[in-house]
Amino acid sequence: MNLDIRTEEEKDNSNILYVGGEIDAYTAPQLREALLPLTEKDGTNVVVDLSGVDYIDSTGLGIFIGALKSSNSNNTTLKLIGLNSRVKRLFSITGLDEVMDIDEEREEAK
Amino acid sequence: MSDKAVDYIEMKLPAKAEYVGVVRLTVSGVANRVGYSYDDIEDLKIAVAEACTNVVDHAYKQNGLMALGCSVFKDKIEIVVSDNGQSFNFDDLKKGLGPIDGKKPIGELEEGGLGLFLIDSLMDKVEINRESGVAIVMTKFLQRDEVEQNANGVPAPTNAQKQ
Repeated sequence: MNLDIRTEEEKDNSNILYVGGEIDAYTAPQLREALLPLTEKDGTNVVVDLSGVDYIDSTGLGIFIGALKSSNSNNTTLKLIGLNSRVKRLFSITGLDEVMDIDEEREEAK
Repeated sequence: MSDKAVDYIEMKLPAKAEYVGVVRLTVSGVANRVGYSYDDIEDLKIAVAEACTNVVDHAYKQNGLMALGCSVFKDKIEIVVSDNGQSFNFDDLKKGLGPIDGKKPIGELEEGGLGLFLIDSLMDKVEINRESGVAIVMTKFLQRDEVEQNANGVPAPTNAQKQ
């Protein structure tokens, strides 16, 4: 049970992190290790593509809160894309969607 | 309302993060058997995983066990996640529960503390027993042919009108 994590560097100073699998207490540290360093590079736009994620709980949400704080203090941006309705729902219940830049699953992807 | 459980399922596992997923799969299987909807099963999975994660993170200084008990009733499922480790004061904790405050500066957001709030939001009834260790008792009712309620108590879209 591991996360699939892949990083792609784009020309316009942005990094896309593709995540797939289940983000829970066991796999969350892998996400933190991949995500936090990206948010620390001054001037970078970090995009996290969650379209491969079918489960997330508070440990995963905590990682994104940590990443948001890090990007805020390191002058980078953080954006989440491709959330399915279940994952999006947890961000809504917890109020995280109010503080984070989130794009839901694209229509054509369905 | 029936008071006697129809079936009871129990398991004990090491209180380690890698076993939280095993508990999640077990509960998903049981809830599927009972006839819960896809969304309710996903809610149960998250609530149970949050309870187990609490045990893994807080109950023991060294190795210990976490126990899962599922009582299946005709109209509900009652899930108990328990440990024999350190207890905590739920009443104090409950005061601090809530969603994230969007008006707070980002630097002041807390990374933890959402777990119990999620359990409370996703389940119909939550109780904590602290006799020896901590036991979180979570109940979710089975919605049959009635208007489904989502986590906020707002009726969710239903197929009932189609017929």
